[in-house]
Amino acid sequence: MSTTIERQWTTRLRKRATGKLPPEKALPDTQPAYVASWIYVFGVATIASFVMVILSGFILALKGPQWWHVSSIGHFINSLHLWSVEILFFSMVIHLWGKFFMAAWRGGRTMTWMTGVVTFLVSIATAFTGYASQTNFDSQWITTQAKDGINATGAGSFFNVLNLGQMLMWHIVLLPLVAVLLTAVHVVLVRLKGVVPPFDDKTGAAK
Amino acid sequence: MAFLWSLASLISLEGKGHYIHWHFIYLSVANFIVILLMVLVFLAALFVPFPGRASRKESK
Ligand code: HEM
Repeated sequence: MSTTIERQWTTRLRKRATGKLPPEKALPDTQPAYVASWIYVFGVATIASFVMVILSGFILALKGPQWWHVSSIGHFINSLHLWSVEILFFSMVIHLWGKFFMAAWRGGRTMTWMTGVVTFLVSIATAFTGYASQTNFDSQWITTQAKDGINATGAGSFFNVLNLGQMLMWHIVLLPLVAVLLTAVHVVLVRLKGVVPPFDDKTGAAK
Repeated sequence: MAFLWSLASLISLEGKGHYIHWHFIYLSVANFIVILLMVLVFLAALFVPFPGRASRKESK
């Protein structure tokens, strides 16, 4: 009886998950002293602006382009979406610089760094398809300027920047989904590994 | 609201954009300002003391 229960995938998955990431480690009470620096705030600032991007995007999706182009509240939410993206990239780049100069990929944190790299690239693609989905002269200009370069790479066979419907779907379905999932994995990895110790830490905790 | 409009008129978006062109480097002044601001905020993040740092107990 008990061995059958032991072998259930739910039981095994729970034991593995709670063994690797017990609640105290997932949501800790304290952090090492060196984390008391502004540079560690930029990961969370990136999450905060990302949440604003998603929420304002939800409202834009609910109301549609006729609304965001003409009404003043529509303009406001559209601007909120754009400026949250500006802050997202601003904080993401400072976060990236911080982690680069700390060499925060040390001590088995390669995947934390790499999920960050891929999230950065996916965010750029999301921003690009967003510019392509504005349905105004700006988006026409951007897409007609981009088409030859992108088609020359061969990506045009499945990623046609002149196809507004497709660009909008990439922007509001596929890419945000990937960005959210990657961000979740990124943050879980940070909790799993703990914050990388500074260079002059001779205790070997980085290993 | 009127205050916000007067702020917006500080920067005229009429006419040609401004660009920096130096050898192969070519970018808008607006993007250049944003990059400068990022560098400044990065340096501030490194050197501005974090509140409560001194009183915090070390824990590992
Ligand atoms: C949507 C984008 C991103 C979000 C929301 C995000 C979020 C976070 C958060 C909350 C942390 C922990 C707190 C901190 O140290 O700041 C963190 C750590 C980290 N991030 Fe990101 N990040 C993003 C992009 C990136 C990028 C682009 C890179 C680098 C290419 C990166 C590399 C890292 C690394 C290596 C750590 C671990 C630091 C350590 O162990 O001390 N992240 N990230």
